[in-house]
Amino acid sequence: MDFTNKPNREKEMMIPIGPQHPALKEPTSFSLALRGEKIDAIQVKIGYNHRGIEKGCEQRSYIQNVYLLERICGICSHAHSTAYVQAVETIASLAVPKRALYIRTIIGELERLHSHLLWLGVAGHEIGFDTLLMYTWRDREAVMDLLAELTGNRVNYGINMIGGVRRDITKEQGETILKIVAKLAEQTKYYIEIAQEEATLIQRLSGVGKLAKEDCIRLGAVGPTARASGITFDVRKDDPYAAYDELDFKAISADSADVYGRTVVRLGELVESLALIKQAIKQLPAGPISVRAPRRIPAGEAVSRYEAPRGEDFHYVKSNGTDLPERVKVRAPTLANSQAISKMLEDRYLADLPIVVAAIDPCFSCTDRSIQVEGKGEISWEALRQYSIEFYRKQGVDFRKLKVESRK
Amino acid sequence: MSEQLKQIIENRFSYLVGKITLQSSRRVWLEVDYPQFAEVFDCAVKELGFNALATITGLDEGEKLAFIYHLYKGGLMLNIRTRILKDKEELQTITDYFPGALIYEREVVDLLGVKVKGLPAGIRYPLPDDWPEGEHPLRKDWNPAVLDQGKGTN
Repeated sequence: MDFTNKPNREKEMMIPIGPQHPALKEPTSFSLALRGEKIDAIQVKIGYNHRGIEKGCEQRSYIQNVYLLERICGICSHAHSTAYVQAVETIASLAVPKRALYIRTIIGELERLHSHLLWLGVAGHEIGFDTLLMYTWRDREAVMDLLAELTGNRVNYGINMIGGVRRDITKEQGETILKIVAKLAEQTKYYIEIAQEEATLIQRLSGVGKLAKEDCIRLGAVGPTARASGITFDVRKDDPYAAYDELDFKAISADSADVYGRTVVRLGELVESLALIKQAIKQLPAGPISVRAPRRIPAGEAVSRYEAPRGEDFHYVKSNGTDLPERVKVRAPTLANSQAISKMLEDRYLADLPIVVAAIDPCFSCTDRSIQVEGKGEISWEALRQYSIEFYRKQGVDFRKLKVESRK
Repeated sequence: MSEQLKQIIENRFSYLVGKITLQSSRRVWLEVDYPQFAEVFDCAVKELGFNALATITGLDEGEKLAFIYHLYKGGLMLNIRTRILKDKEELQTITDYFPGALIYEREVVDLLGVKVKGLPAGIRYPLPDDWPEGEHPLRKDWNPAVLDQGKGTN
């Protein structure tokens, strides 16, 4: 759609939305040309969150970059760190132990669970179905707490290192995971029932935000957004990494090409993720969890792909033989999907904008929740740590059980 | 998969013999001079079925700028690398093939300072509107000190 050179612009109402606005939680700006209540043209401006991380990577060591790149996003943090370490491991020809690959897979699928549950809540909220938000975010907490127990952090898990993972999963932790997975499987069944039977939800989402399969390919849409338009591509299936080639699962797709389809795909992926975690825990091979990686990476280059919750995450790394990379390039899935937003909103009502945009699941920073200590003045690091351990213990998560593994 | 692809491309374009590297069964790298880029790219997209573009990576190599077009067909990825002289030559847009490439081309324009012929007019990405002219952060000789001089910091 050509935003700038259209005749009869004067008959239209121009509305700027964003970058800060009540409907969405990330800084994106839309300039809309409205004809009545319908959207005639739309211009999307992004880039408000550009932090120069690619440039930053060139000035930091390979090891520091694992942590820097993990902070690109607060939700798919494991996606970014895995995509990056995979590329570096390819260049350095490291044989990552099987057990580490399985642990990466388990953390990755837990991340997908919390991300999709979060999305389902946001989608519910955008269509005025806040009960769904409350339910899904309650369940998401269980996943976040589990991730905290396994890795030490609710977000930005820091589990990856070049050559493997930092922490092992013990037998007891494996059992805890299976218990929570079983509970979530029941809940997911209920959400699927809602999606199949709740008339208001079906009517509000069906036919909204249409994106034909051909447009998907032309505009480069990825992930659940593309799979809801009949594209079956899933990096985990077509270009397997970590332990996915040894696990049995389906790539979920739908044909309705609308927001309802995107909901169905994500719900189906929840079921598959739960099954994947169960399988991975049961098949978890014995052995070491990392190999020693050199500080200086031999000259070379590699691309790495990762199926993040929002779609394909793409990393390119070029090394020059030193301990600093020559170039790191990142293409997160939302950038690929942002191109399709204008197409989805073509000739649609203004009121559809929030849910259509939310349906590509744009990646806004899901930071760690903050703890506000009122009236206590300054608090020392140790005291804050103690407070947080106590806080979680009351919620049923005991960090005292965590053992900090030293690198072998 | 990749062996076969290498054979097909080499048969089609004799000047590409020795320019194709097979990194693994799903990763193919290809180097082409810019005058031949258009026909190789066209063949990859239209004849060889690489109908999806992951992104465009730009690199500053000193006198030249290198660009890698990451095309894929399912799990098979074809990375086409080409080079142009910095500040002297221009790229041709690929938005005729992939309208979605618009944002990737805008990105190399802003961050590496390359000109792209045929790129539709529109707002810049990803640098802020008041970013100083001629400052391209991903160039190796770029110095962030310009930001301390009060330029581009609002």
